[in-house]
Amino acid sequence: MDAAQLEKDVSEIAGDWKNKEGNLIMILHRIQSKYGYVPREVSLEISKHLDIPLARIYEVITFYNYFKLEPPGKCTISVCMGTACYLKGAPTLLNELERVLGITEGQTTKDGMFRVEVVRCLGCCGLAPVLTVDGKIYQGVKKNEIGEIISKYAAEENGGNGGHKEKP
Amino acid sequence: MIKRIFIRDTNSSSADKARDFCNVLRNQLREKQMDEKVQLIRAADMGVYNQGIVMRILPDDLLYGQVEEKDIPRIVSETICGGKRLNDLMCHHAARQCRIVLRNCGVVDPESIEDYIAQDGYQALAKVLEQNDPEKVLAELKTSGLRGRGGAGYPTWLKWNLARNVKESQKYVICNGDEGDPGAYMDRSVLEGDPYSVIEGLTIAGFVTGASKGYFYIRAEYPLAIERIQKAIDQAYACGLLGENILGSTFRFDAEVRLGAGAFVCGEETALIASIEGKRGYPRPRPPYPSTQGLWGKPTVINNVETLANISPIILKSGKWFAGIGTETSKGTKVFAVTGKVKNSGLVEVPMGTSIREIVFDIGGGAGSGKKVKAVQTGGPSGGVIPEDFFNTPVGYENLQKIGSIMGSGGMIVMDESDCMVDIAKFYLRFCVDESCGKCAPCRIGGTQLLNLLEKISDGKGEEAHLAALRRISFAMQKASLCGLGQTAPNPVLSTLNYFEDEYRTHVLEKRCPARKCGRLFRYSIIQEKCKRCGLCVRNCPSDAISGNREKGYVIDEAKCSRCGLCLETCKPNAILRG
Ligand SMILES: Cc1cc2nc3c(=O)[nH]c(=O)nc-3n(C[C@H](O)[C@H](O)[C@H](O)COP(=O)(O)O)c2cc1C
Ligand code: SF4
Ligand code: FES
Repeated sequence: MDAAQLEKDVSEIAGDWKNKEGNLIMILHRIQSKYGYVPREVSLEISKHLDIPLARIYEVITFYNYFKLEPPGKCTISVCMGTACYLKGAPTLLNELERVLGITEGQTTKDGMFRVEVVRCLGCCGLAPVLTVDGKIYQGVKKNEIGEIISKYAAEENGGNGGHKEKP
Repeated sequence: MIKRIFIRDTNSSSADKARDFCNVLRNQLREKQMDEKVQLIRAADMGVYNQGIVMRILPDDLLYGQVEEKDIPRIVSETICGGKRLNDLMCHHAARQCRIVLRNCGVVDPESIEDYIAQDGYQALAKVLEQNDPEKVLAELKTSGLRGRGGAGYPTWLKWNLARNVKESQKYVICNGDEGDPGAYMDRSVLEGDPYSVIEGLTIAGFVTGASKGYFYIRAEYPLAIERIQKAIDQAYACGLLGENILGSTFRFDAEVRLGAGAFVCGEETALIASIEGKRGYPRPRPPYPSTQGLWGKPTVINNVETLANISPIILKSGKWFAGIGTETSKGTKVFAVTGKVKNSGLVEVPMGTSIREIVFDIGGGAGSGKKVKAVQTGGPSGGVIPEDFFNTPVGYENLQKIGSIMGSGGMIVMDESDCMVDIAKFYLRFCVDESCGKCAPCRIGGTQLLNLLEKISDGKGEEAHLAALRRISFAMQKASLCGLGQTAPNPVLSTLNYFEDEYRTHVLEKRCPARKCGRLFRYSIIQEKCKRCGLCVRNCPSDAISGNREKGYVIDEAKCSRCGLCLETCKPNAILRG
């Protein structure tokens, strides 16, 4: 990223939060929703812009599970491991995902295509087990549906409508 | 007159069909040029379960259930255009619930402040500001007996009074919308379904305590709740219900949303405060309590979403009315998210004092799986299990504590015979270990030790002495941990151990898991008489654990088997045995 552009982006992101007390977490949320993660160069720029030490920014990023330091895969698959989903078979879904994609939870496939994550209770426990793909919710998922879901997204990405993402 | 239609797919097992249904309905309304006169709203919860697509039509107040696409033309022409009631679609469901907190969910459009106001919204704030007597509000709350719904059950009036009595020009009120219990979604439903009532409650809290600023701390994982609260705040500002001179009074109150970032410990008051301050969410010792020294060192009141949603009805209908509902020490209603092995999974709001049996069987419809219900778990990672023998217990703060659980924020997970209590304890404990902030040793080290012991037990390496060790470490954690997370993390272990010690013993002594959950304590084998030698299992096994051929038959290598169960699922003649 070129420096001038970065500076502009950062001052846009910080925006009216710049002078508010306790703004760091809110600004990090904004960064992550723009880039999908918190890139190091952006943290550096924020540190200059808000005049807070980089160490303090990292201290906060690493404490909170929600913030990511690495770019997400093209598709992020989040498996709910809340209690209801756990009881209704979420571990089996996760195993199956890990088996099909050949990665473990928290990893991204080599081609950068899929990332598998575990999340806690998406608030639709009535429909357990639940997983989301790029925010789209799949409810009452069965193990044998996993393959189908993955191939659907793989086909979509390869089909060239690049980065088309369905919002929930 | 404009009609409003609330729509929800109340079937808990299927994929949500409400969206497609709405689209079809919207198109047909457009064909009849009725789309301008009808507003379609997808409801978050309507207190009706397993009735398929349900629609509530207002102002006619008709409730249709099991509605299908083929019914849409009739509904449009006869009910919406003709005002006629279609008796065959009317939904009759037992009105066993008592909706105070959820009163507006599925009735008021959560994105329209006008709608909220039309349903007596902001009447309570108007009354409070007109009387201009905070003491009177406190007295009303005291009479009502309202206690915090976030877990600890501290009397709300007392908490407000503490903050009110501190002489300080700047004070804060915070709505705790962190909803950390992994398996509960009461607060989310209220924030999404009736955001205004929570804002009104928080505004009244501000007025009574003398705080001019309020925060909504909401989990980042709840984007719709965040969006709705933000919209509602914006609308309240536009209507003069936030900001300066609210409703013509001298009272000023500002509100803003702050997001959580995926840390369970941030539901704890002092950690939540640190998080709003933009820091790591580490708890700190109390006292000083937030009511004297909270956010930025100023007096701060923190209340749960559900607590705040109770405020307006109490003010409008009186504390005496509220106190008339519930038990001696627990007043009003409680919302539970009943999930797990239950037929009608969903939110229920019942008067305090309702028995667990009524909730699980009469409202929830029982296990629904044909298996026997074994226990419920309340209070999430801080709570405990309640075996079926105790299901006649009326729910209330003290009652649940007496039987080794807690009311908690309202998660109620139903478990049946196929659930293993060691596994459950392990699940909750792993959650707490993952979420421990690591600041104090009892929680950090004790939690890991407990988890190690539980893992040994479920792996078949348990010894009898481990059971005593579990109890010992648990007591130490309860006594010595700094914050509520560590103090309550052993509860799921202790309560399963107390009620289901036999099950633990079977794991330890017989190396057997009666529910066949603990992977190392059961195995898959092939019943040779039933096996048709098709070889499907060999091809399906992801671990290459099955060997053999059509002539000799097949065997499963226990050492290689990962217990995924794929063979059991795919075998047509049911020749795989799990045991
Ligand atoms: C580890 C931990 C997690 C908590 N999580 C929540 C939560 O998610 N929501 C909540 O309202 N209260 C939670 N609490 C309780 C709050 O600290 C606090 O007691 C509550 O918000 C007070 O509101 P109330 O008096 O209205 O219940 C948690 C407490 C602890 C110790
Ligand atoms: S009890 Fe656990 S979560 Fe609480 S302060 Fe100690 S280490 Fe942190
Ligand atoms: S437990 Fe998975 S959605 Fe709540």
